[in-house]
Amino acid sequence: MMAAVPAFANAWSIDALLQALAKTPPGRATFTEKKTLAILDRPVESSGELSYRPPDRLEKRTIKPRAETMVVEGNTLTLLRPPRTFTLQLQEQPALAGVIDSIRGTLAGDRKMLERSFRLQLEGPAERWTLTLFPTDPAMAANVHLIRIGGVQADVRTVDVIQTDGDRSAMVIARRETP
Amino acid sequence: MTPPLQTRRWVALAAWLIGMVLCAFIVSRTTFTTDLSAFLPQSPTKEQRVLLDQLRDGLVSRLVLVGIEGADAPTRAALSKELARRMRGNPVFVTIRNGEPITNARDQAFFFDNRYLLSPAVTPERFTVAGLRDAITESIDLLASPAGLLAKQLLPRDPTGELIQLLEPMASRDSPRLLHGAWAARDGARALLLAQTSAAGADIDAQQQAIQMLKQAFEDARRQLGFGAVEAKLVMTGPGVFAVASRETIKSEVTRLAIIGTLIIVCLLLLVYRSITALALGLLPVLSGALVGIVAVSLGFGLVHGITLGFGTTLIGEAVDYSIYLFIQSRQPDMKRDADAWNREFWPTIRLGVLTSVIGFSSLLFSSFPGLAQLGLYSIAGLVAAALVTRFILPHLLPANFTVRDVSAVGTRLASVVAQAPRLRWPLALLAMVAATVVLQHRADLLDPELSSLSPIAIADQKIDASLRADMGAPDARYMVVISAARQEEVLQAAEKVSQQLKQLVNTGVLAAFDSPSQYLPSLAIQKARQESLPGADLHARLAQATIGMPIRAAVLSPFLIDIAEAKKRAPLERVDLDQTSMALAVDAMLFQRGDQWTAMLPLTAPKDAPESGLAAASVRTALQAAGQPETLFVDLKAESNRLYSGYLREAVLLSLAGLSGIVVLLLVSLRSVGKVVSVLLPLVASVMIVVALLVLTDHRMTILHLVGLLLIFAVGSNYALFFADTKSSAVTPQTLTSLLVANLATVAGFGILGFSQVPVLQAIGMTVGPGAVLALVFSACFSSTITTSTGATKPGR
Repeated sequence: MMAAVPAFANAWSIDALLQALAKTPPGRATFTEKKTLAILDRPVESSGELSYRPPDRLEKRTIKPRAETMVVEGNTLTLLRPPRTFTLQLQEQPALAGVIDSIRGTLAGDRKMLERSFRLQLEGPAERWTLTLFPTDPAMAANVHLIRIGGVQADVRTVDVIQTDGDRSAMVIARRETP
Repeated sequence: MTPPLQTRRWVALAAWLIGMVLCAFIVSRTTFTTDLSAFLPQSPTKEQRVLLDQLRDGLVSRLVLVGIEGADAPTRAALSKELARRMRGNPVFVTIRNGEPITNARDQAFFFDNRYLLSPAVTPERFTVAGLRDAITESIDLLASPAGLLAKQLLPRDPTGELIQLLEPMASRDSPRLLHGAWAARDGARALLLAQTSAAGADIDAQQQAIQMLKQAFEDARRQLGFGAVEAKLVMTGPGVFAVASRETIKSEVTRLAIIGTLIIVCLLLLVYRSITALALGLLPVLSGALVGIVAVSLGFGLVHGITLGFGTTLIGEAVDYSIYLFIQSRQPDMKRDADAWNREFWPTIRLGVLTSVIGFSSLLFSSFPGLAQLGLYSIAGLVAAALVTRFILPHLLPANFTVRDVSAVGTRLASVVAQAPRLRWPLALLAMVAATVVLQHRADLLDPELSSLSPIAIADQKIDASLRADMGAPDARYMVVISAARQEEVLQAAEKVSQQLKQLVNTGVLAAFDSPSQYLPSLAIQKARQESLPGADLHARLAQATIGMPIRAAVLSPFLIDIAEAKKRAPLERVDLDQTSMALAVDAMLFQRGDQWTAMLPLTAPKDAPESGLAAASVRTALQAAGQPETLFVDLKAESNRLYSGYLREAVLLSLAGLSGIVVLLLVSLRSVGKVVSVLLPLVASVMIVVALLVLTDHRMTILHLVGLLLIFAVGSNYALFFADTKSSAVTPQTLTSLLVANLATVAGFGILGFSQVPVLQAIGMTVGPGAVLALVFSACFSSTITTSTGATKPGR
């Protein structure tokens, strides 16, 4: 809605996008993710639910191929992979932190936080935008080549991660209407 | 002066001097200590031995918990890193942990390189075609998960996921959050750092040095960081920090209390005597008593505890009474200066008082709580010496026409007050009855069953410690399984069997976690078994078969083949292989040799929702039985220390009662009259009742030291009661009354001062004896049967 108001093209900018995202009420979405890895002959797919609660709680509940839940809150990542639970600090895993922070930062519309670790580049109109994040943090850049987030208006539809070794993951997100 | 008298005086003086010099010599060679030794039993049980070892030099005893507060979060983190940088490599500390990934790379390399020796999942079945297929499928599934990013690089070398097996128990452990690259409290309000000293916790000098170094390094780091860090401050807790602090407190308190107590008594005596000579002579028995007391403890126990000394300084309050009685009762200006008369009239009463005290305290000698036994011996030796010096030395040292100021005016006024005292009988009796009711009502929770009630640590510091511990998730090491054997290999093998059982308890939720040295350093037997589980040349074929239909080609896994071949002929892990990793420390704390005995200590972590009373000990014991290792012990250190203390407490109650019965028997034998004995004891019992009721009403639960305090009320108060009950001197003279009042004031000053001590054990004695002594005098005066006759005698004199 925010993005639809201005009539001139100039008004569509990273700020406008992030502000629109920041105003989006938190919600749930389903996802399917396809990972293409050099060591594997065919991609591995997974699907499940995503939910985000501002400012920093991200939950990824995988249903297939194996039930598993990842919760990130602040700097702590908890991975419930029955019967095991792993807890780790994001700082210890810069590659993982990059991917998670890019998603959290975008959903929160927090430009400052995003620019702490990434160089941002926006392409396309509000009806079909692509925000590309290039890691600037060396530890992260060693693993992650870029993260590309695509969407329509204030709705994030895809998250693609391309790693420096050519492995990539493509996630498609479908927002579920919340009452 | 007749020559014989002169000679006797010189002999007495020489004897006293030689005695004192001898005592001073012994004192100068005495070891004084402020450590836990006073609280530790001399013949511990197996469980207690574990407790004592842990207290003295266990891992937990070596931890210093450091918090950095003030300033802002980035500054705190920077200070933490700078402090850690300065302390790392310092031999005083074994490790400094603040969340910086110092050993992470080495730790991970250790686990990865030795994964086939360390992983409990390594069994022959895991490397069959079916086993490989399951393990690899699982690993590929993991690639799809968010953790896939990490698992990806490892897959070609570790397709069965052994590293994950090893890291899992560690990854689920609670560790503080990272804030700006260093550990921080959950609310972020302070940066956290955990230091482990190389010296044992009981080595207070070394602990003091370590703490000093930390402080200095923090100051330097703060200066280096400049303006932003000015506000930052350091808080430290931990057993070593507390040991050092309590040594400081005890030292300074003992000195402070001795000085204040002495000053007050000196002022009081000066006020009464108005003579420096009288003062000096009056303090002579006290000094002698204190010295003899220390010597007795030194000879009897080999060392003297600071607490004994602190307590001893207050015995001044009782020892000074004897010379007060002597001077005021026999050296008034209008009296015939007849020492023999005093010896006849008053000495028997005082002697009985001393004997009463001695019998009361001698029960403490039988305590298995060394601190209490020391107090008992000190008191007996000190009081006997003070009384003997008063009786046999002091009279010879008095100048020929020595008198103290005429106190008859005060005495007469006192007598008239005391004459009115019986009017208070009924109100006081009522008060005592009310007190007795209060005590009876609260009889179930009169005593404090927690050992921590004896801790010399201030409550505020205990709170900081608890909050730092909670922030840090530091091990409280309350529960452990202790395994012993003659050789390291045997201990490790037993630890492995016990671990298998404990793992089931973790799975069923009885335990949250446990640790074992065998996780990092498996027994040679199991390492060998694991190596033998690894397939040889046929792995290639098995792998090809296992990966049929999988999205992974066997060729991708060729590094796996190389690693397995290498692992199969790898030399078994030994303790030195852990050097330079953070597990070295963990293993040394859990696996050690003492004498010719090897011990493994497996700390257990109770689930978060476990009740305060502890985890299900019965299930743990059943599990240990199932492990079938005979030399295995489950210890709950908190329960153990409380059991130790409540044992002391129960014993102290029994010994106090024994002492009391001893006193009753002594009085019956000496006074030969049940009525008189009752009239001596009744005021004392009433005083004790009221003191206990006061403690109850002010929410103080009694510790052992309160019990000692009650015993002291009997010891001190029996002197008053005996004077009032003594009918040989048919009336309590005004002089005696004055002497009793002055003696009482001196006692109250000596003990009352303790009530303001920061050392809880000394405070306990102070707040018991201070009011108790006053009450004992008042009750003795009011219930004395001789008052009525005495008033008739004194009134006309006014």
